[in-house]
Amino acid sequence: MAYSQKVVDKFEETLNNPEKASVGRWKPGDEDFHRVGTGIVGAPACGDVMKLQIKCKNIDGVNRIVDARFKTYGCGSAIASSGQLIDMLKGKTLEEAQAISNQEIVDILELPSIKIHCSVLAEEAIHRAIDDFKSLRTND
Amino acid sequence: MNKKYLFKRNNTWWVKVPVPLYLRDDMGFDLRKSTGEKDLDKALLARDKIVPELKSKFVSVPQKNQFAESSFEERTTYFDYASTTPVDERVIEKMKDCLSFEGVFGNSGSRSHVYGWKAEELVEEARVNVSKLLNCDPREIIWTSGATESDNLAIKGAANFYKSKGKHVITSKIEHKAVLDVCRQLEKDNYEITYLDPDEKGVISPAAVKKAIREDTVLVSLMHINNEIGVINDIEEIGNITRANNVIFHVDAAQSAGKVPMDLSSLNVDLMSFSAHKIYGPKGIGALYISRKPRIRLQPLFHGGGQERGIRAGTLPTHQIVGMGEAFRIANEQMEMDHQKLTNFRSILWNGLKDMEEIYVNGAIENSFPGIFNLSFNFVEGESLIMALKNIAVSSGSACTSASLEPSYVLRALGRPDELAHSSIRFSFGRFTRKEEVENTVNLVKNSVSKLREISPLWEMYQDGIDLDKIEWA
Repeated sequence: MAYSQKVVDKFEETLNNPEKASVGRWKPGDEDFHRVGTGIVGAPACGDVMKLQIKCKNIDGVNRIVDARFKTYGCGSAIASSGQLIDMLKGKTLEEAQAISNQEIVDILELPSIKIHCSVLAEEAIHRAIDDFKSLRTND
Repeated sequence: MNKKYLFKRNNTWWVKVPVPLYLRDDMGFDLRKSTGEKDLDKALLARDKIVPELKSKFVSVPQKNQFAESSFEERTTYFDYASTTPVDERVIEKMKDCLSFEGVFGNSGSRSHVYGWKAEELVEEARVNVSKLLNCDPREIIWTSGATESDNLAIKGAANFYKSKGKHVITSKIEHKAVLDVCRQLEKDNYEITYLDPDEKGVISPAAVKKAIREDTVLVSLMHINNEIGVINDIEEIGNITRANNVIFHVDAAQSAGKVPMDLSSLNVDLMSFSAHKIYGPKGIGALYISRKPRIRLQPLFHGGGQERGIRAGTLPTHQIVGMGEAFRIANEQMEMDHQKLTNFRSILWNGLKDMEEIYVNGAIENSFPGIFNLSFNFVEGESLIMALKNIAVSSGSACTSASLEPSYVLRALGRPDELAHSSIRFSFGRFTRKEEVENTVNLVKNSVSKLREISPLWEMYQDGIDLDKIEWA
């Protein structure tokens, strides 16, 4: 199976310049860690695990994603899909981020049908991260 | 008039012989020599002397990698020889002579004229070449279209022919699909199949075979060298057991013929499958060894013109057969040299990589064929590693590289957890692999794995000391 050039580019971009591609993590003790929501989806036995973190700030009464980081274990298209998701997240409100659908990622990366589950994983990851962030807020 | 190799210049006939690709760096595109004759008939006579003289020069030059002209950076390194091999130039030369009107194009089944006789002669010569490599009687070799057909013919053929004796067949969980799928098919016809488990290294123990044999067992089918992990089964010992129990023993030797020494005259193997394209011959041709002592009988799959003593009907593809014969002849000559080279390559790769953290050999280094080396790099998914190693052609047991989205059934049968199966890469070297290619691979793999681990959440957890088995994954 051959990937589209877009998947290949996104994959290589992420691999060769991880910092710029927002690979990384926030851990307890980091500044503003209480404003970070984390979502982990997938399983090693299935060959895909995506960990997404979003940092949100309340701007004019609305929570916006000001930064995001990720790490992904999985095939090339899973890594490219997470990178693509990150690009789409920054600056969005939680509501807007919640509305991102996997189909947008499929379209942008031209994912082959056998790899659509990678984009679904990305969509689940953002949902989880938002839920996690919201649960933090209620604990405030 | 056959004017092959002849051309005319300044009213004189010249001979021109094309140089095989792998020698062109040293010898140029072709070799030319004047016959000194103006008369075509005389030139033809001269040509017949000059052509062998020019061709003999090809042999004296040591064989060199045919891709030598392009640098390593430009060309994708081929490390997938277990999947298929390029055809040796010497084989191509032989095959070319069996196609055109000038060549031996006849039907080996034509008994009434010289075209048929000549084709038959070449087919039989090839059969002898194959039998010499295996040390068996040429009459025990039947041509097929490849190892898949040989496996089908052997298993279905024996199961059908001997079904009055019983309907139980023994095989293993790590056979090639060409054996497993045939067994599944037999199950539909009410045969009972026992699928043996390999040990953690991938070896089928002779004791397990012995234990599984029943009163109604007709056939044991096991592979010699496993295509994914390169581990070698003890077919000598297993053969002793099957023979003592009067059970037919079929061995799939697609990966082993021409790669490790084999002596069918002393092995108690009754049926053995071969393929040409795994050993520098063409695709689309294989063979089945059918023992004469004891005489094994099979129900044919194909019916037709009675070729191959009625066991496998169909016009014999002379060029394919000649190619397989030549490939097996060369393998017989070069086996030791090839094997040493591959052992060296595997050592270079393993010595370069073995100090990496969380790296696992799938199968074993001892008791295995060095041309197949299967490694798992934990916390890195195999397909992404293949993508990162973009100038190296390898294959993976990862689900993502298979159409079924299932990780390798072979690695799972060894008891490897799924995540390690997803993380596996098979490096498979061969005759045209160069040392620099292996050496360069060491660093490329190290860098790629470390980059992928940098972006792997599993690696991060492992580094943090989190036990991944205790996490409840979504």
